[in-house]
Amino acid sequence: MVGIVIVSHSKKLAEGVVELSRLIAGECPMVAAGGLDDGGFGTSYEKIEEAINSVYSDDGVAVIMDLGSSCMTTEMVIESMEGKKVEMIDCPMVEGAAAAAAEAESGSTLEEVKKAAMEAAGESKF
Amino acid sequence: MTDNTKVIEIIKAMAGIIHENAQFLTDLDAPIGDNDHGINMDRGFRKVLEDLPGLEGKDIGAILKKVGMDLVSTVGGSSGPLYGTAFMKAGAVAAGKNEIDANDFIAIMDAALGGVQLRGKAEKGEKTMVDAMIPAIEAMKKGVEEGKAPGEFLKDGVAAAKEGVEYTKTIIATKGRASYVGERSIGHQDPGATSFTFVLEAIAAAY
Repeated sequence: MVGIVIVSHSKKLAEGVVELSRLIAGECPMVAAGGLDDGGFGTSYEKIEEAINSVYSDDGVAVIMDLGSSCMTTEMVIESMEGKKVEMIDCPMVEGAAAAAAEAESGSTLEEVKKAAMEAAGESKF
Repeated sequence: MTDNTKVIEIIKAMAGIIHENAQFLTDLDAPIGDNDHGINMDRGFRKVLEDLPGLEGKDIGAILKKVGMDLVSTVGGSSGPLYGTAFMKAGAVAAGKNEIDANDFIAIMDAALGGVQLRGKAEKGEKTMVDAMIPAIEAMKKGVEEGKAPGEFLKDGVAAAKEGVEYTKTIIATKGRASYVGERSIGHQDPGATSFTFVLEAIAAAY
């Protein structure tokens, strides 16, 4: 099953998105990489690296990020993981995570998970 | 121009000037960013300082690469991947070298700029560190071509970087966190352009 990593500057925000997505898709391997090691705001290269490795399988890992350095730091981690199937998804974090988790849980490929999450960007809330 | 021992001294000086100005850089970041640039850069360079003793005797490329990796893993904000990539790309140019001349230095700075632009996808005029880096490197290139001594062309570089910082006050941020505040970013100087100028000042102070 495709794994999912949520990267945020905020530890609480990343954990909250994982918790919420688990309500929708509890079977999907999903983990938070939020904040710095001391719990402060920021993005940690090591946390992201560990998170990706912890949910990694041959099916791959989808990473969903919040703002700014989340993307750049994730990009650097992925560059260091040559040959591994890991992709960043350009999607709204909450909606994208829920859609990605549901898609992953149904046994879809990384490409399908990515597509589902990106489609979440275009959906109106009401 | 410099050998590996002097490079370590210069990096120590960078850590010093960033530490002295950490509050100033953070204060610059408060109105237009997320109020952490100085704190983040200082945290990164603290880690660099811890690791410098282990880098004595290593070639310049290895030293710069390690500095980059330290910054990526400890800074925590956008300046981590940006400065980290800059140092790592700079390190790739200096790989295996224990001494560099003025032309190597320019190649190193070009690689650093390329790294920042690759990572941040920033162009000139978007109110980022690139607005200090590009004019500084242009001025130093010109100085090297004119046969100026390092002390002279570095002084030109710092002056051009400072002008670049002043220029960032006049423009709207379209990249990075400051782009969220849009027009309200006018009048504020870019923290990243400012920290780059400090880093360059630390290099210049060694000559």
